[in-house]
Amino acid sequence: MAIEIVAPGLGCTVQDQGRLGHYDVGIPPSGALDLFSALAANLLVGNDDGAAVLEAAYMGPQLRFTAPAVVAVTGATMPVTVGGQARPQWESFDVAAGDLLEFGFLQQGARIYIAVAGGIDVPAVLGSRSTYALGGFGGFAGRPVQAGDVLEVGEGTGRAGLRVPGHLRPALEREQELRTVLGLYDYRLTDRGLAALLETTWTLTPVADRIGFRYSGGELEWRPRDQPFGAGSDPSNIVDAGYPLGSIQVPGGVEPIILHRDAVSGGGYAMVGTVVSADLDTVAQSSPGTRTRFRPVSLAEALEARADRRRRVEELRAALG
Amino acid sequence: MSSSTDASSTSTASRYSWGGDEHLVVQVSEEMSLEANFSVMAVTDVLRQRHLDGVMDICPANASFLIRFDPDVLAPADLEAAVRAAEAEVAHAPSLTLETRVVEVPVWYADPYTTETGARFRDRHQRPEGTDLEFAAAENALSSVQEFIDRHSGAPWITSMVGFVAGLPFMFQMVPRERQLEVPKYLRPRTDTPPLTVGHGGCFACIYSVRGAGGYQMFGVTPGPIFDPAQMQPDFADFMVFFRPGDIVKFRPIDETEYRRIRDEVSAGRFRFRQRPFRFSLDEFHADPDAYNRTVLEVLNGD
Repeated sequence: MAIEIVAPGLGCTVQDQGRLGHYDVGIPPSGALDLFSALAANLLVGNDDGAAVLEAAYMGPQLRFTAPAVVAVTGATMPVTVGGQARPQWESFDVAAGDLLEFGFLQQGARIYIAVAGGIDVPAVLGSRSTYALGGFGGFAGRPVQAGDVLEVGEGTGRAGLRVPGHLRPALEREQELRTVLGLYDYRLTDRGLAALLETTWTLTPVADRIGFRYSGGELEWRPRDQPFGAGSDPSNIVDAGYPLGSIQVPGGVEPIILHRDAVSGGGYAMVGTVVSADLDTVAQSSPGTRTRFRPVSLAEALEARADRRRRVEELRAALG
Repeated sequence: MSSSTDASSTSTASRYSWGGDEHLVVQVSEEMSLEANFSVMAVTDVLRQRHLDGVMDICPANASFLIRFDPDVLAPADLEAAVRAAEAEVAHAPSLTLETRVVEVPVWYADPYTTETGARFRDRHQRPEGTDLEFAAAENALSSVQEFIDRHSGAPWITSMVGFVAGLPFMFQMVPRERQLEVPKYLRPRTDTPPLTVGHGGCFACIYSVRGAGGYQMFGVTPGPIFDPAQMQPDFADFMVFFRPGDIVKFRPIDETEYRRIRDEVSAGRFRFRQRPFRFSLDEFHADPDAYNRTVLEVLNGD
């Protein structure tokens, strides 16, 4: 059983739940940016949590199936058709040998996830099938898929007709509030700079990919200082340090960048806070123009958000179990 | 713990801060120094040996370190306590050594690849005329490019951090601060850098592991791969990344002929960096840096 890529869509890559343990040498976790949607897609088609799926941003691929399969599409709202006939999202369905799976225009959100019963069967690299395009490994040939690629699929056990209840699907809003733990190098900002970070409604620019999401809308003021030895001359510079996933850096004080799952692992720009892990799925579903605010939360609140998300995952498992 | 703890103190106490719910970042020092880096290496080594359940990544950086953890397995307060205990253990150790290795990295300085790339991005550079090496020599008040190359390749460097992208080493030269080579980054980053470019930004050298964007000055290229996802070269039999934090690096200038010869070895899949195990002692280094660096080179070149 295999899938032929007839047209690749945009930035369509093989991803799973990610690769752990190599961030210390600059290899980020990668994996689906919206982990919840990817997990839901897998559970819908009877896969293990860690099965590999396809992720595409803004524009879906065209896929031809060489054999019958059970498929589910989650994530962004985007019309799905098989052989020209509409199919639901967040619900598993059958495709027949030779069927063409296609997508219409993006309506809400940014990234779709396509799971096939059995999972995309590419070799695992460092314990994961996720594509890390910057490093050129993982996934299919270490890069986004191209027309003509043929992806093997494992043995599946899924069935059509499973459905994720509406209340468990992500909201996909164009106005977002991201819970943020302030800290890291935020002491480098003046009070006005910190206020600007939190009071500005930021707009996602087109510079938004698996590495990071860049926003515009304001300017942050830094405390003046004699820069420490090795830090570089701009007040937003620090001695190069490790970047947490979800951390917010503000080069030059303009255009904050949230690092996502293909993050550069470190560098010389001051970070002023970190989006909580539970909200990184929300970031993944923001498209350019999305209006975003950073809401400061404590570590305790971040852990509550994490627990809420875990309960949502348990509910999802129960609903599809 | 809070991020604003004693924000005015920069030199004595480390600054602890949470990076969301999955990361702890510890800033050992705001400024770069061999001491700060050595402390980072020692503390992260101790933590690695603890094998704490719930710790996913321990990432030493130049003067700070980052720990990625799963707070469902390891409570943040317990992680913080373990890190503070490791810091205290290192602070009270009588003498610190680091088990590492010395590696020789051949460099074709002023090569045509980086020279051509530098010429293409002159509009982003402080000095539109000339090359990055000429700029670097002038910035350090040296009389010639050759003198800069002599300084760059004369004393060894310590790999103070690996990252940014896969396998990219940041290196800090093992010389007193007044002899550190400092060169600002490009005014605006380039969109292209040849793979295996030996670069420099601030007080750090780096080797670009993959082709891509970059803002560091470009001095030359090494023929030896440092990141090999296909694991074709013998140095990569175990892992796709060559450099590890703590590696001591000696640059050796080579000419085009030697560059081509080594590239042929790489094509044949039989290139290895010259490397020897080494126990680095910060105290012995400080007692006499120049004498110590001569010892480093004797270890590298001895058989």
